[in-house]
Amino acid sequence: MTEAQSLHGATALERTRPPGLLYNLFVRNISAKLAASPMVAIVLVVFIGCTLWTIWFSFTDSRALPNGAFVGFDQYERLFATRRWRISATNLLTYGIFSLVFTMVVGFVLAVLMDQRIRFEDGFRTIFLYPFALSGIVTGLVWQWIMNPTLGLQSTMRGLGWTNFTFDWITNTDMVLYALLIAGLWHGTGFVMVLMLAGLRSVDGEIWKAARVDGIPTWRTYLQIVLPMMRGVIVTTLVIVGSGIVRTYDLVVALTNGGPGLSSEVPAKYVINYMFSAGNLGQALSASTVMLLTVFVLLIPWVIVEFGPKKHT
Amino acid sequence: MKKFAVAATLAAALMCSAAPQAAELEVTHWWTSGGESAAVAEFARLFDATGNKWVDSALAGSGTGANPVIISRILGGNPMGATQMNTGRDAEELIKAGLITDLTPIAEEDGWADFFADPKLLDACTFDGKIYCVPINIHSWHWLWLSDKAYKDAGLETPKDWNEYVASFPALREKGIIPFGLAAGWPLNGIPGVLLADVGGPELYLKVNQDHDAEAVRSPEFRKVAEAWAAVRDVVDPAEVVPQFSDVANQLIAGEAAGNIHGDWIQGEFALAGAVPGTDYECLPGLGLSNRIEGGGDAFYFPKLPEGTAQDVLDAQTALARLLVSPEAQVAFNLKKGSMPIRTDIDMSSANDCMKKAIDILKGPDGLLPGGETLNSSDTQQQLDDLNQEFFADKSYPIDDYIEAYAQIIESAD
Repeated sequence: MTEAQSLHGATALERTRPPGLLYNLFVRNISAKLAASPMVAIVLVVFIGCTLWTIWFSFTDSRALPNGAFVGFDQYERLFATRRWRISATNLLTYGIFSLVFTMVVGFVLAVLMDQRIRFEDGFRTIFLYPFALSGIVTGLVWQWIMNPTLGLQSTMRGLGWTNFTFDWITNTDMVLYALLIAGLWHGTGFVMVLMLAGLRSVDGEIWKAARVDGIPTWRTYLQIVLPMMRGVIVTTLVIVGSGIVRTYDLVVALTNGGPGLSSEVPAKYVINYMFSAGNLGQALSASTVMLLTVFVLLIPWVIVEFGPKKHT
Repeated sequence: MKKFAVAATLAAALMCSAAPQAAELEVTHWWTSGGESAAVAEFARLFDATGNKWVDSALAGSGTGANPVIISRILGGNPMGATQMNTGRDAEELIKAGLITDLTPIAEEDGWADFFADPKLLDACTFDGKIYCVPINIHSWHWLWLSDKAYKDAGLETPKDWNEYVASFPALREKGIIPFGLAAGWPLNGIPGVLLADVGGPELYLKVNQDHDAEAVRSPEFRKVAEAWAAVRDVVDPAEVVPQFSDVANQLIAGEAAGNIHGDWIQGEFALAGAVPGTDYECLPGLGLSNRIEGGGDAFYFPKLPEGTAQDVLDAQTALARLLVSPEAQVAFNLKKGSMPIRTDIDMSSANDCMKKAIDILKGPDGLLPGGETLNSSDTQQQLDDLNQEFFADKSYPIDDYIEAYAQIIESAD
């Protein structure tokens, strides 16, 4: 009894004195902080540290080794004067817009179709998701064989009798980006579908009942009621798909290796080429810094919308 | 007698296995095609015979893919025992960083300078007066390969030089023969340099690549080079491009394609197919126009191994460096590889006709032209490759724009 009283008294005393800043920073929840510290260290050193390192050396004239002198914006001037970089950036923009729109739309439509309580849903889901389990290299190689005019679809169809059948996008400078798009969509759509399907399933069944009672057609329920409720899933999918597009590399290397000529070059490939084959670190790092800035430009509006001051509803 | 031979072999084998300095040495290289791996197996065989163990580590992706992997392994502190690596500016940076073993003592002791066919070969390995790599062969891109069968099928005379070859393009097309067989990717990058040195001549080549004289690029001589390059571009149908250079070799032997500019290592593929120069294919060094060709070789580097590496491994490195230039290894390797040996004091009587043409050029008074990759930094080389790829893929790319873009790259070259 007395013991409990004194304990109570002590806590009451403590409450009058607010815990110090140092206590809050280091001692409170000590086990959680210890557990998180390796992650914090990795973020500070690897992500932030290496990013700063990259940005710093993009302002030097370093060649194969990071030991160049400061040259200001010279590397950036050269970068934007280089045709290959401009082609790469334009390609990424075209590919990115098409890829984003198509994966999202096709993925959503597939998810809606899956949502109709069809038979063998598990089987279909596996089939659609399976391409995502393959690496970009494997996807690129398989599609390279399919689309190669002398080995793949074109020669097969011609062999079967359609002698005028032509499908040579991969060797055509104007169409090669769309060949890339086909492979990219095949690879990524299933993943978007699965995410969207999870989003659809998380919508409360009561809402469907209410919509049915009000006599709203199914397609309108999907578009105007369910879709807005899936905002979280859609934003997550956009960020995953978008960051995948900016770093597009392996698919291009395996499918076209940037060719024919420079017509399917992408920025990530420029960075790798100039870093390793050309041994020009400064130029490669300036290109990767521009890529980072692009990601920020896309990401910052989203961060402001998502995490900024909430409006009262 | 036979019994004695068996006993002797057994005894030799026992002695070898009992040798105290048996060390494993990891050797990286990118010789993965049929003819190439047959050639490198000769080195491995001879090295294993010294009692050491050659741990073969072949990397895919040829020079453009494997060289960066090798460089990053050395930079990353995970060096291999010995490695094939491109000579040039990248290797220089590794040497400057103190990551490569100095071979000067071995070279001086064995007198490399005396037996090398062309001292320029050692120049590529020399930095600040010290030798850092072992040149093992001389390769050249400057060969026009022609298919006798294709020309016979077309009812035409096999051309004697580049100009006759270009003139035969329309007739070949009419007969349904591919005039210029081409493999996808890097084989394209070698062709403009060949045209520059052989159509433009050695002087123009040196002015552009060595002096970085942009006015030489804007000259009428260079225009001829650009026109020759455009002629190749216009005759190649992108749909006919095959995946590998060995496929081009097969096309030439089968008479499906008439000709091709490619490095002499394609001969390894011809040899694998059992083809003979003079009857199955013709070889024209310098495209039949020039008798001074650019030559560069493959070279082996020995990265500095980390502190505390056993002495027998270091000894194995030295033993391999000596073995690579020995007459025995030179004959065995180069016959399989299709390249020229680095020394002329060995028996090459078994060399074929093309090889003999090449050795005549090698013995010429002016020697070899220095290779483009030693004259230009890999940064400049990459920019030229990018330009050439773009020009080649776009048949509407005007020659004037090409020349101007080329001149600007040469102007900014360092």
